[in-house]
Amino acid sequence: MALTTEDIKRIAYLARIEINEQEAASTLTKLSGILGLIEQMQAVDTTGIVPMSHSQELEQRLREDVVTQINQRETFQAIAPLTDSGLYLVPKVIE
Amino acid sequence: MINHSLKQLGQMLASKQISSVELTQAFLKRITQHNPDINAYIALDETITMAQAQAADARIATGNIAPLTGIPFAQKDIFCAKGWKTTCGSKMLANFTAPYDAHVITQFDAVGAVNLGKTNMDEFAMGSSNETSYFGGVKNPWDFDRVPGGSSGGSAAAVAARLCAAATGTDTGGSIRQPASLCGFTGLKPTYGLVSRYGMIAFASSLDQAGPMAKSAEDCALMMNVMAGFDERDSTSLDRPKEDYARGLANMTGEQPLKGLRIGLPKEYFAEGLDAGVAKVVQDAIAEYKKLGATIVDISLPNTQLSIPVYYVLAPAEASSNLSRYDGVRYGYRTEEYDDLMDMYMKSRAEGFGAEVKRRILIGTYVLSAGYYDAYYLKAQQIRRLIAQDFTEAFKQCDVIMGPTAPSTAFKAGEKADDPVAMYLQDVYTIATNLAGLPGMSIPAGFSNGLPVGLQLMGNYFDEARMLDVAHAYQQVTDWHTRMPAGLE
Repeated sequence: MALTTEDIKRIAYLARIEINEQEAASTLTKLSGILGLIEQMQAVDTTGIVPMSHSQELEQRLREDVVTQINQRETFQAIAPLTDSGLYLVPKVIE
Repeated sequence: MINHSLKQLGQMLASKQISSVELTQAFLKRITQHNPDINAYIALDETITMAQAQAADARIATGNIAPLTGIPFAQKDIFCAKGWKTTCGSKMLANFTAPYDAHVITQFDAVGAVNLGKTNMDEFAMGSSNETSYFGGVKNPWDFDRVPGGSSGGSAAAVAARLCAAATGTDTGGSIRQPASLCGFTGLKPTYGLVSRYGMIAFASSLDQAGPMAKSAEDCALMMNVMAGFDERDSTSLDRPKEDYARGLANMTGEQPLKGLRIGLPKEYFAEGLDAGVAKVVQDAIAEYKKLGATIVDISLPNTQLSIPVYYVLAPAEASSNLSRYDGVRYGYRTEEYDDLMDMYMKSRAEGFGAEVKRRILIGTYVLSAGYYDAYYLKAQQIRRLIAQDFTEAFKQCDVIMGPTAPSTAFKAGEKADDPVAMYLQDVYTIATNLAGLPGMSIPAGFSNGLPVGLQLMGNYFDEARMLDVAHAYQQVTDWHTRMPAGLE
């Protein structure tokens, strides 16, 4: 399936990555090449094959519901772009 | 000393022939001398490093010495190390200082090993040449015009140029083995789940696996003894009894130590696309294995070619999900100016990620988007099973599979940088083992036009100890793994 620059812009929006016209055009060329490579898959008959999401057949482990970590708010917020009084600051989202 | 094995260094430290401080200073001196040219390390902190060396010496003085105590290692910058800048090769994390240790780092610290610094890598481990790093490319120590491979290119150059005793790497589609091949040393990607991914910055979680990058199979075995092991903080960590990966090495002596070993040669790994010089070196190595007593079995892994398209659906899909965490809110890069929250996300991600990372996020977003999931993601997962089944069938006929690690020797910087598809084909022989979750190794097997060539070994699940034996047997009768680049002595 051939992509358009409009598709690229829509995908970039879904991925939350700003993209201008020029970037969309050059991205289109490269992504089309990669999707061409991916297209080889369609020639394979996979009827009845169970999808493999993981190499090990694992079940999620359960553990006791006990405290294993202490609060490290100051350490973790020390590396945040913008904080105040223990809160992460972002632009206002509710008027 | 720079060419000594980990075992030799351990003996020298234990017998006080040398101190950890002296050994560490020797490597730091080499780093000061050569790193400005090679760019293998992107974070150095002499204060932390020397404090670790002093602590190791104090520990050795009490007689409490483990096999790697006091030995200086390089750590790929994908591993969080408390107090260290941990960037994953990205502008997004250029100012990120890790607030905690990855399991791998904890394991090295626990035995008293020394961290020399963090090594350069392709941004978020996405690349096969180290050219996608925000911190610049890395020179291949064998030829400064060429790339070291990737994504663990900094660790690779550090091992090859002897700027560390050994290094760690991670391998999602070949990122330990391909650079090991291009830089001429021994690298092992273990069975998925053996080494904890805790604190290892995620790329494609169902494929990512950490492993050792070192001069020899013996060194890799000693590192595996430290790196592997159950960790409840990684939900896919495997709870298995602890193994000694070096247990069989001493038996690899005598005329035919590999008598009875069946080596499978997949015809697809010797087909079109393989450089003739590389093929010759690999064939010679296989002839050497026959002399060691092994028998050769012709096998087929019919879905080999499909591993690339499958990988370039699954890995970007997982990456697009994993990298959604970089939003400029809790850590990492935030754009300077923005109007609202959406604008802040969009600009922070546009400015913080490099071109290749963005491409992969976009592919991943596309293949997972409404209406395309079945045609791409589900289809890729189905073919992934076919690829894994190829190996199950093959291992009924042989004990270990051998072939080339990479289709060519190291290529020139810039040669493939603008052609993602050509770059992706570098991993044609390594990706399938990641998809299947199997262990893979690359060992130095010779040279083609003066550049190193790696022989790849692929084993069945949890067969690392045997693979290390098989590699060690070869390294007892050849000296390719002892060669080092000219001009760096």
